[in-house]
Amino acid sequence: MEHYLDHAATTPVLPEVTDLMVAILREDYGNPSSVHGAGRRAKELVEDARDRVARAIGARPDEIVFTGGGTEADNLALKGAAAKLRGNGEHVVVSAFEHHAVLDAAHWLEGQGFDVSIAPVTPEGRAESEVVAGLVGPRTILVSVMTVNNEIGTVQHIKAIADAVHGKNPHTVVHTDAVQALGNVPVDLHAWGVDLAAFAAHKLGGPKGVGALFVRSGVAVDAIVHGGGQERGMRSGTLNVAGIAGFGLAAEIAAKEVYEKSERLLAMRERLLTGLRESIPDLVVNGALEHRVAGNLNVSIPGTEGETLLLLLDQAGIACSSGSACASGALDPSHVLLSIGSSRQLARGSLRFSLGRASTDEDVEAVLDALPGIVQQARRAA
Amino acid sequence: MRKAVVAMSGGVDSSVAAALLVERGYDVTGIMLKLWRGETANNNSGCCNLGAAEDARRVADVLGIPFYVLNFAEHFEDTVVRNFHEDYSAGRTPNPCVRCNQWVKFGALLERAEVLGADVLATGHYARVRGTERDGFRLLRGRDANKDQSYVLWMLGQRELARTLFPVGEMEKAETRRIAEELGLRTARKPDSQEICFVRDGDLAGYVTENIPGASVPGPLVDTGGNVVGEHGGVARYTIGQRKGLRVSLGRPVFVTSIDAERNTVVVGDRGDLAVGAMDVMELRFVSQAPAPGTRVHVQHRAHGEVNEGNLTADAHGARIEFDRPVEAIAPGQSAAFYSATDPDELLGGGVISATVPAAVPA
Repeated sequence: MEHYLDHAATTPVLPEVTDLMVAILREDYGNPSSVHGAGRRAKELVEDARDRVARAIGARPDEIVFTGGGTEADNLALKGAAAKLRGNGEHVVVSAFEHHAVLDAAHWLEGQGFDVSIAPVTPEGRAESEVVAGLVGPRTILVSVMTVNNEIGTVQHIKAIADAVHGKNPHTVVHTDAVQALGNVPVDLHAWGVDLAAFAAHKLGGPKGVGALFVRSGVAVDAIVHGGGQERGMRSGTLNVAGIAGFGLAAEIAAKEVYEKSERLLAMRERLLTGLRESIPDLVVNGALEHRVAGNLNVSIPGTEGETLLLLLDQAGIACSSGSACASGALDPSHVLLSIGSSRQLARGSLRFSLGRASTDEDVEAVLDALPGIVQQARRAA
Repeated sequence: MRKAVVAMSGGVDSSVAAALLVERGYDVTGIMLKLWRGETANNNSGCCNLGAAEDARRVADVLGIPFYVLNFAEHFEDTVVRNFHEDYSAGRTPNPCVRCNQWVKFGALLERAEVLGADVLATGHYARVRGTERDGFRLLRGRDANKDQSYVLWMLGQRELARTLFPVGEMEKAETRRIAEELGLRTARKPDSQEICFVRDGDLAGYVTENIPGASVPGPLVDTGGNVVGEHGGVARYTIGQRKGLRVSLGRPVFVTSIDAERNTVVVGDRGDLAVGAMDVMELRFVSQAPAPGTRVHVQHRAHGEVNEGNLTADAHGARIEFDRPVEAIAPGQSAAFYSATDPDELLGGGVISATVPAAVPA
């Protein structure tokens, strides 16, 4: 029996989403750009999905650009906005604990002559609006701060950050990587006042390889993928109809269930943390527990290697994660934990449990049963 | 069921080692070590690149075993790479593969394998382990004399051998490749890696210039009488016995005979000046107990190098080897492996060469 506590990595596809996608793959093969009936039916499916995604995130349908995933949406936000706004300045601000989709895109921009500032975050795992806005000047074209951190689950006060940045420079475009947000916190982009926001379908019960960039009406980004001019020229390429439709349905369900799901996951997380603290008293919780999505628990266990714990948990049928996996599959000490002031030692001994819609009490109990023995085994060698 | 961790490099030998253990009924887990920071160190060879990880992963898939990549980059840098830099800076000639076996594979990884619940660690080395816990273990050269790797395993003692398997050590290399072909493993025809895995494209000079600047400072090239005869390009570029790339013309062939890193001086001399009559070896390890003073041994001082006979006398500080006949060009920093004079396949132990004594000039 496998216990899956890695929903921040990806989520199981919802059965209703699978059904919808399979039906579309079987029947609706049309190209949404075509004029004929098959094309028009496909186009309707895409536009239905656009409506659903827009409603789920507090946006208008014409503000949604579908992409090939969250990483692409982040890249489009950073590179597309930077290219578009080059005439206004060359300064970009990103927070220290962004996902690599943002950090590495920013690093690439540096190579293209842009000037990138990294906004530090607090030990609690928060990017403070004054700190971020403090880095903004007249030449700042773009600020990127994630809504929910993927490793420690802390939720940023994006509205305060957007307000503070716009207060300092009304022309600065504010982007938020909201990939971990939808389904875990209520998302209301118009109320937040951001200009760009990235989403990924597979984090909320949708398929992999589909995402979206919210581009606020009145804002534009240059394309990074050129071709047929789909998505109002901002993202060319024949649309992934089934994937987009699946994304739309998943987004609708995620937004509808967010409060109920959070309440349920919070109780499970509290049980998990209480149980772990009993058996591993020196366990350290990474980041503050308040302002954190309900399903996330990130802990460090002194005197252990996260890698070892992960393997032993895997052998016990428990899936969770530690640090960030590089291309080879090896784990590097998490830049997120280092950014909130963890020592390298503690960062190496970290574990992230992320609960989701399908999580059960049995999953939590399985961890509580297995982990103490595994920690003991891992510490024996140290 | 006995549990085995197989250290997989993405090459054919460790692939087949894993396959053989699966066949023998072990519960096998494949582990690759990421030894280098960043995604890739060397695109052409070695054990740390991304393609190798994918190859090993696909082999594990075919064998139906779990496969993980463990990040040992910091440990590798703190031990093997640091030692490599220190040795070159001191004018020695390091052997990083030996150090990796000592500190990483049969050090940290063996420990990690134990934590992961493994009874044994297997690698793709060509060497053979014989014996039992009760009677003691012996380490023999691999059956394929051309591929034998016992030289780089001199640091293994009873504790390590009790928990180590070398499944391909019992085979000829051709047989290893044949098994890989039969199983359809994608690594079957991969060429053997020769280079130091963290030195990109085998460009040692470039690596040294970039990473060990202190050992790349030009200095005097002198003859054995102390006369300056040229300039050297940094002590790390030279090894004892080297003839090429000296850029001096004395009207006769000259060789590097010693390296004085402290004075940043490289000494050249005639071929006769390379003759070594005895050498000192430190950091001794013996498979079993240390042999009695004056024990006859066969000594190898280079990977795939020749074997020389002599007498070994070891004490707590190190060993002195007196060679029967002068031996040419022995470089401090390199490993010495001792084999039994009665069974030249049996490794007795080894260590790191610390100093050499010139052979007496024939009267």
